Formats: sequence, structure tokens, C-alpha cells
Amino acid sequence: MIEFKKVRKVYPNGTVGLDNINLTIHPGEFVIIVGLSGAGKSTLLRSINRLHEISEGEILIDGKSITAAKGAGLRRMRRDIGMIFQNFNLVKRVSVLRNVLSGRVGYHSTLRTLLGLWPKKDVEIALEALSRVNIREKAYARADELSGGQQQRVSIARALAQEAKIILADEPVASLDPLTTRQVMDDLKRINQELGITTIVNLHFLDLAREYGTRIIGLRAGKLVFDGPVEEATDDVFSEIYGRKIKKDELLGDVEEA
Amino acid sequence: MAAETKQIKTPSKLRFTIIFLVMAVLYVFSWRGVEADIGSLIEGWPYIRDLITGMWPPNWKYFERILDPMLETLRIAIIATTFGAILSIPFTLLASRNVFPNTWVTNSARSFLNFVRTIPDLLLAGIFVALLGIGPVAGVAAMTVFTFGIITKLAYESVETIDPGPLESMTAVGANKWQFIAFAVVPQALPAFVAYVLYAFEICVRAAAILGLVGAGGIGIMLSETLETFQYQKMATIVLFTLVIVIVIDSISSRIREKLL
Repeated sequence: MIEFKKVRKVYPNGTVGLDNINLTIHPGEFVIIVGLSGAGKSTLLRSINRLHEISEGEILIDGKSITAAKGAGLRRMRRDIGMIFQNFNLVKRVSVLRNVLSGRVGYHSTLRTLLGLWPKKDVEIALEALSRVNIREKAYARADELSGGQQQRVSIARALAQEAKIILADEPVASLDPLTTRQVMDDLKRINQELGITTIVNLHFLDLAREYGTRIIGLRAGKLVFDGPVEEATDDVFSEIYGRKIKKDELLGDVEEA
Repeated sequence: MAAETKQIKTPSKLRFTIIFLVMAVLYVFSWRGVEADIGSLIEGWPYIRDLITGMWPPNWKYFERILDPMLETLRIAIIATTFGAILSIPFTLLASRNVFPNTWVTNSARSFLNFVRTIPDLLLAGIFVALLGIGPVAGVAAMTVFTFGIITKLAYESVETIDPGPLESMTAVGANKWQFIAFAVVPQALPAFVAYVLYAFEICVRAAAILGLVGAGGIGIMLSETLETFQYQKMATIVLFTLVIVIVIDSISSRIREKLL
């Protein structure tokens, strides 16, 4: 369970990134955060694992404050939170397997990970994670030999190998074409359903939000302006979140399955 | 329309003029200071001619004598570059702002590096000869500090240009500083680092060739000996041999560097 309590974020230049956010996300939910760029979607997501610091308030994960966590305690909490980025954030020059295994550094001693002495079980976990996103055969390829969609699946596998309880996905499909977009979203949804991992995704395609989410959160200028089940998120609601009519490019549109 | 054209300012020529004037003053100042005089170059021509004709033909038999000192120079360069490279790793990381966001750490590391790099190589050699005595050990010590300065400077600047994405994802998975460095920094920075070590080795061979002038071992001692005793033919052999060695090393290492980057 993730709880936001009176969370406020003010950037050094005075811009308010998050304004009095109170929010509870339950285990197993598939939450999609929508809003214009600059509305605070990314700030909200990154404040959960403290890639961004908040100015006021507190964020609790399973009852423990990550806001107050320090050093090893913070790292231990981050270990349980997987993150997927718009630009995949893989090390391009090394193998897919090593990228996936890097998700497991929090489980072992520094020396062991530095020397690359992964227990057999960890390699199995990593390969299993790759199987789950259907790219096990690419385990020994260099990460930059893979297409964008495949690289994003590697980063999903990294979060799986991490045995995360929560997955945060920050615009995971923004640099993908429509077909691979669906494959990646399908993977995230399947993992959410099969493993019960709480998943929070930032998206700017509204039809995707409706198709995949179970709960929609709307942000506008750092304020929470909508929070409800996907059924309640009508076109009018989206217009409200955006403060204007929905444009065509905010919809992914239909894609013929290959 | 009139208002629009007013807003677009023509770039000022003042800056260019000032830079030009400063450069001109600097040149005149330097010229005067060293009393450079084309006339003396012409007057000195007979001596230059004597030197060049005296060097020809090079004394090929002397080659045997200089082979060992030349090998010593190369050994000094190899050992010193290796030590310098190893020493530079921690300092490269400490000086990189994307690895250590704490400016106190990076600024102290950089101040130290700036200090090290201000010491000329021959002065370093002189200091170590005084400390460790005449011989190649002093040369190795001096060249270690010298290559350390070069490699660290180039390496931390390239570490700061690596893709921040993997750094972010390693933070997100809960990696500690060592793991962060090993999994996100090293694989991205390694090719450039190896290239800079090779580049430093090239410079080191050239610098090590003159170390003997202050008694720090290698071919340099033969060079100063032959020069002082007017044995120009022998000196020519040394100069040509050094030239060949440097060209061979440069071409091999630049070819490897091209492949790495």
C-alpha cells in the first residue's frame, strides 16, 4: 500500500510541482496517471521511490515512511520498487542478462555483485523474468542490439528480477511505435494480473489509459483533480483534467495486430 | 515593421575588437620579453648548418649501445602509465559530479588534480631524482604522477558525459555507491578510459625520452651526453631511433583508440 499524506513539492525556482496530494494506492491496483506535460505526473511517480525529493508531507509504503528513510534503509525500500523509464535506461554496451541481473544488486553483498558472482538461483530468476516478457533468447545479446520495444521489455524483466512489489512506469511507451506500445502495455498488465504487482503508469494516451487501467488519477498543475475507477473516467472527465477538449494525438488509435 | 527591425540587434563587434587588441598586446609583450630577433637566426645559421652536417651520416654502430637505454625508456613508460592509470581510477570518480553530487568532494578532488597538473614533467623528474636518487625508479615515479594527471583530467570529463539513464535506474533498484559505479558508470566509461590510457602512454614515451637529462633513467642521458661532447652523429642515431619508436607507438595506439571510441 502506498499512501501520500499532504505531499507538496516546490521546485527551487518556485514552481509548485505537487500541491497537497492525499492518495492511497492499494496492493494489486493498476493505476494510470494522466495529465498534461508539466502537470506533475513524473514528479508524483518519482517521489514514490525518492528519485525526486518532496518538500512537505510524507509518503508511506506498507506503513513505512520512505520520506524519512536513509542510507541502507532507503536502499532496502527501493529494492522493492521497480522502475521503468521512457528511455529504458539500460546499459547499452553490456548483455541483456547483466542488465536484468543488475536489478538484484540489493539482495547481495557489494563484493559479490562487483565480482559478478551471481548465485545460480539469481541467474534463473533473471532468465525466468526474461521468459515472462518473451525475450529469453536475447539473454546474451548486447542490449543495444535490441529494438526499442525489446529494450523496454528488458527493463520490465529487470523490475521482475528485482522481485518488486510495486512497479512504477514513467511514460513507458512514449518512445515506442503503436504496435510495440500495445505489447509493452500487455506485458505490464499481464504481470500485474499474474503476480499481483501494484503498477502505476504515467501515460499521455487517453484511450490506452482507459483500456489498461483499473483506476485513473488526473493531475492538473500539481493538483489531484480526478481519482476514480476507469468507468467513471469519461471524455468529459478527461477534458476537465486537461482543461480543454481532447486532441486526436492524445489517442493512440486502433492498431491492427500483426 | 520598424519596431521589429529595431529588436534584432546586430551582433556587437566590440567583443571581437577587444579580444583582437588583447591578443596583439600579448604578442608584442612576449616578443619583446624574449628579445626574439630574426637577425640572430640568420647570424646563427652557420652553427645550425654545422650541427646538421655534423649529424650526417648517423653513427649506425651506436645503435647497439642505445638499444638498452631505449628499452629502459619504454619500460619506464609502460610501468608508469600502468601505475598512473590505476591511481587515476578513484580520483576520476571523486572528480565526477554525476558520481559524487557533493560539490565539496568533487571540488577538492579537482583542486588536487589541478595542482598535480601544474608541475612540469622535468621538474617532477628532478624532484624524484632528489628524493629517490639517480636512476629509472625516479623516472617511473615522475612519469606515474605525470600520466595520472593527464588520464584523470580526460577521464572525469568523459565520465560526466555518460548517459544518466542507467545511473538513475541503478539508484532506483536500491544499489549502493559501489554497485552504482560498477553497474552504471564503469561499463559506460570504460572504452573512453582505455583510450585515454593509451593516449597518456604515447605522451609518456615522448616525455620519458628526455627524463635522462635530469638523471631519471632512459635514453635521455645518452642524448645529453652526446650533445655535450659534440658527438652529433651518435646524437642523430638517438634522435632517429626515438622518432621511429614514437611513430610506431602512436600509430598502433591511435588505431586501437579509433576502434574503442
